[in-house]
Amino acid sequence: MLGTLVIVFREVLEAALLIGIVAAATRSIPGRNRWLAAGLLAGLSGAALVAAFTDVIGSLASGIGQELFNAIVLGIAVLMLAWHNIWMSTHGAELAAGARTVGNDIRDGRRECSILLVVVGLAVLREGSETVLFLYGIAASEGSRASSMLAGGAIGLALGVAVGYTIYAGLLRVPLRWFFTATGVLVLLLAAGLASQAARFLIQADLLPSLAAPLWDTSAILPEASIPGMLLHSLIGYDARPAGMQLVFYAIVLVLISVGMRLANRTNSVSKKIEPQLNIQQKGSAS
Amino acid sequence: MKNFENRLTGSIGLGLLVSGWLVATAAQAADAEYQLVIQDHRFVPAELTVPSGKKIKLNIENRDATPEEFESHALNREKVIAGKSAGVIFIGPLTPGRYPFYGEFNQKTAQGVIVAK
Repeated sequence: MLGTLVIVFREVLEAALLIGIVAAATRSIPGRNRWLAAGLLAGLSGAALVAAFTDVIGSLASGIGQELFNAIVLGIAVLMLAWHNIWMSTHGAELAAGARTVGNDIRDGRRECSILLVVVGLAVLREGSETVLFLYGIAASEGSRASSMLAGGAIGLALGVAVGYTIYAGLLRVPLRWFFTATGVLVLLLAAGLASQAARFLIQADLLPSLAAPLWDTSAILPEASIPGMLLHSLIGYDARPAGMQLVFYAIVLVLISVGMRLANRTNSVSKKIEPQLNIQQKGSAS
Repeated sequence: MKNFENRLTGSIGLGLLVSGWLVATAAQAADAEYQLVIQDHRFVPAELTVPSGKKIKLNIENRDATPEEFESHALNREKVIAGKSAGVIFIGPLTPGRYPFYGEFNQKTAQGVIVAK
């Protein structure tokens, strides 16, 4: 029972943390709850489908279909999180100020919500399909012990959701002044961590060279199977024995999104400050 | 914002090109192949000796009806193998040593180790 609990907890934790952070980051967007629920539902049905067709997916591309599938799912999630963060860095302040439906922003807000749906759906799909397979295996083979094992699974699920909710509730308590910075940084690290995982799948499929592998080994100090290791893995993409290529992916995503956020932020503030700047220039030329 | 979006698309395009090139180069290397069978929630052989310093192609066949997840923290690999099916994992090049692995869905029995020499 404990074994089942731990496995289900680990799978659920990653999706729950991601959903908690993204839900907090989009809290001021109207209609967010409906999109969140839709994402969850889509993810769960997707997970059942993926679980049912695991053998088909796995046999694609001469046995590396699963790695390709995971890498693509992770890649899409990274792109969506990148878009979210860049969009937030231009609109976050307005949303916080309560100007929710100004002009074009209605359309933008809807697009942001569909991104939320995709991100949540993909997280549930990826982690959920493994959980479904695992529980299916238990139900099929364990016979009389199945019910106690499934109870372990239910507790694992509840614990995972509780951790996700904790980070959500914790983030909502962050003062508004820091809120968008906090969620922005968390989403940024999430995206980089997912990119590193995508790289690992592509290495496993031999589609990418590993470069130095492992680049370091911190499994003695902070094993990935420990609770802090699991949390750090889900939050910032911690890996006890990463390949060099994973770090390359991590760094590239980190830099690209940061630059994107800065550029978007600057474009936005320049267009708003254009009038005051003109005044200053006129004063300057007059003196 | 438009200008910025163009730049973003540009960088993504470049990234895809680079990864395409990496895929092409990585696919050329020849690998040593090894077989691993999952039967009755156990790995056969439970100990697999492979050469160090070489990339290894591991063919895993699951003869059980239930799915199994090949997982190894030491090798930094994880892969679900559906019931009655097979999958491929690439590992290494490894430095000499012992690399334990296990089947996450049946940890009590499914234990094994790869020894790189």
